[in-house]
Amino acid sequence: MSSILDFGILFPSLLNGLTTGAVYALVALGLTLIYGVLHIINFAHGAALMLALYGVYLLRTHFGWDPYLSLPVMVAGMFALGYALQRVVINRASHGKDENILLVTLGLAIVMENLALLAFKSDTRSIETAYTLTTVPIGPAMIALPKLIAFAGALAVAAMLLWVVRRTDLGRAIRAVAKEKQGARLMGIDVEHVYAMSYGIGLACLGAAACFLLPAYYVNPQVGSGFVLVAFTIVVLGGMGSFTGALVGGLLIGVVESVCGLLLGDSLGQVGIYMIFIAVLLFRPQGLFGERA
Amino acid sequence: MKDVAAIALFVLVIGAAAVALDSGVALTFMMMALYATLLAQAWNLLGGFGGQFSFGHALFFGSGAYVQAIAQLSGGLNAWLALALAVGSAALVALGVGALAFRYGLKGSYFALVTLAFAEVFRIVALSLPFTGGGVGLMLPLRASAANLQFGSPRGYVLLLLAFVTLALMVTAWLRHSRFGARLQAIRDNEDAARALGIAPFQVKLAACVLSGAFMGAAGAFYAQAFQYIDPALAFGPTTSVEALLGAIVGGMGTLWGPVLGALSLHLLSEATRNLFGALPGINMVIYGSVLVLIVMFMPRGIAGLGLSVRAFWGRQGAGDD
Repeated sequence: MSSILDFGILFPSLLNGLTTGAVYALVALGLTLIYGVLHIINFAHGAALMLALYGVYLLRTHFGWDPYLSLPVMVAGMFALGYALQRVVINRASHGKDENILLVTLGLAIVMENLALLAFKSDTRSIETAYTLTTVPIGPAMIALPKLIAFAGALAVAAMLLWVVRRTDLGRAIRAVAKEKQGARLMGIDVEHVYAMSYGIGLACLGAAACFLLPAYYVNPQVGSGFVLVAFTIVVLGGMGSFTGALVGGLLIGVVESVCGLLLGDSLGQVGIYMIFIAVLLFRPQGLFGERA
Repeated sequence: MKDVAAIALFVLVIGAAAVALDSGVALTFMMMALYATLLAQAWNLLGGFGGQFSFGHALFFGSGAYVQAIAQLSGGLNAWLALALAVGSAALVALGVGALAFRYGLKGSYFALVTLAFAEVFRIVALSLPFTGGGVGLMLPLRASAANLQFGSPRGYVLLLLAFVTLALMVTAWLRHSRFGARLQAIRDNEDAARALGIAPFQVKLAACVLSGAFMGAAGAFYAQAFQYIDPALAFGPTTSVEALLGAIVGGMGTLWGPVLGALSLHLLSEATRNLFGALPGINMVIYGSVLVLIVMFMPRGIAGLGLSVRAFWGRQGAGDD
């Protein structure tokens, strides 16, 4: 055991965990925004990430676009998809009951995943870029360049999201609706528009995450379900609706997964995440940074 | 009394059809429709009557299926004894998970999430344990005889499933008319008000969860016997969880015949899809997902709810007979 806990092995594992965790955080930020404003759990989050990954993949294979340069297109595309889904499907199906939204987003996830299965078969695909295999030395560790870019990019997007929510008029409207829907409506805020904007921004985060993820990752129709429970874990751990919580939780879960994988083997490393998830749900459902249960 | 008569009629018609029919296609259709009905009924006990939406009912299904297989393969148990053990184990898993979830007051989305997470944990653990056969799964030897709970024709399985479905119908009818059922539905409609009236939500929800889990376990045991093969994805994967909740929701949650109608409609739909599009991977689930969205959008009370509205309409027109 002492060899595993050796700094030379543990340090790269920690760094890898942090880089994965940053992308997790980005996925979780979208989820927590949607939860904070609409008070719904978006079960279609993983499936939407999977669609975004296929988007980046297709732009690369059909038009030769670099995944990082696809970022504006993917963010805009996912935002439009989210805005439309919320306005046309989710909002209409809710009938004012949270259970209905839970079921509708589950239905959407099933449809998206299986449409992808129809279109792309269950094959796992990845893309080749000039920098796929480039590594950068950091201390005793060698980190893949795409992972470093993902780390920096995810943090940059997260910072932008926080700026939008905290400093812009849209952000003020979003926070107002999240706190007090009726009051916001009386102040002249178009609540349905804010709902759709929030859902759109939530999915736009996934568009960005997909661009950072694909150069060092892969895509298949089931890839989303792996992320969806991880993202839920982060959101629950950080506190539903808390942005700081999603950021810290994402980095933390990335490290836990990486270190558990090192100690227990890859397949059981995931069990570590689910155990944290269940434990937090049971003993501290308000999370680390959450205000209310 | 009306419920009991209707259930008796149902058993007579299906039982007679199973005995009289000789076509393998028809019997296989009945077997799969009854299997889907059993899943939907099991989910309905907790989700429909108790209002606790589980997204991970495969947890109990898979536990039943694995215990059924392992008890015979490693324990050398007779299949009927294994069945009792499988149902008991699934109920025990439901007791454990339910106790944890309800003890800490998980409701709504949180309950859905925690059941989903438990199903995933069981799937990953089943992938890694030695006696579950890992990712390869477990294969039961083919020994067709009633003593081994294996049948050469689907007819035997139809009768076995009919027994389970009938039992589930009777439990559901009991929920509709008993004090326990009234308490459970009161909790579903308003837990705080129910508590104020002196109902103990924890015990009542837990009992419903155990009942629901036991029927899922029976469905899992049937699956292991009829198909003689299980692996972690089949046992604990999301497909079974979705099938169970979908049948109940499409048919009408919290009703006696809703899950039967829902499961039958969905099964017809999936057969029609297969005839139209062939065996394309995923097409079935695309349609199931769309049906789920459309039902919630336009018919939130399911098929049975439609029947109730028609009855209410006629009741307003003439003399109400209810």
